[in-house]
Amino acid sequence: MANARAFAALADPTRREVFERLADGPRAVGELAQGLPVSRPAVSQHLKVLKEAGLVIDRPEGARRVYQIDPKGLGQMRAWLDRFWDAALEAFKAEAEKPDEDEETPA
Amino acid sequence: MSQTITPAAIRKTLTIRATPEKAFKVFTAGIDRWWPKSHTIGKAPLAEVVIEPRIGGRWYGRDVEGGEDEWGDVLAWEPPGRLVLAWRINAKWVCDPAVRTEVELRFTDLGDGTCRVDFEHRDLANLGEGAEAAVVSMDGGWGTILGLFQAVAEA
Repeated sequence: MANARAFAALADPTRREVFERLADGPRAVGELAQGLPVSRPAVSQHLKVLKEAGLVIDRPEGARRVYQIDPKGLGQMRAWLDRFWDAALEAFKAEAEKPDEDEETPA
Repeated sequence: MSQTITPAAIRKTLTIRATPEKAFKVFTAGIDRWWPKSHTIGKAPLAEVVIEPRIGGRWYGRDVEGGEDEWGDVLAWEPPGRLVLAWRINAKWVCDPAVRTEVELRFTDLGDGTCRVDFEHRDLANLGEGAEAAVVSMDGGWGTILGLFQAVAEA
């Protein structure tokens, strides 16, 4: 469930970019907005969605608000990898079961 | 530094309608044909995925601008029965040679042109603190596209 929300929250490319910038370390909204093709209020809105999805947390730091990725530990990571490999291996299986096109195989 | 959680290895078993030889080949030489390319640790879109066919061989992605992102390397190369790859992508979604998790595949001939593939991704605790961040970061990039990719692969 939490993963599903995170999934949806990261479906937007700009939001994903914002999130990935946070992977480098905690940032304030202004810093995050630099170099992005969207307005600062838009970045704030993306952060709000990311926060609601449980992906980021924020804290006041003086007059500004600093965002960072919500550190939760390895359980969720494992859950994600588990799902990732399910999908990747399914794609692998589909590819492996395709008839050969560029080589001859004895019947 | 202390590890309070030790996640169990991820294990999968699948049966494939292909010989171990073909399955091994598709997984390695053919990885570019099925590996999801939507996400990369580099800046540019991923153009190609490569596993070099030998122990110590590199496992990397090449982006459309020619840049290469290291993901890991080949720890065991025993076609057609066994393959072990090091997955060295850390919690910040960059390759870190100090990180070592292992991905192992065993291909067992079941006869009739089918094989069983036993998959394991282990030592996940080595991804370290903040690993979830890497995961959700990958999720957006990969998860979304996997469905599309699969549809193409199965077409």
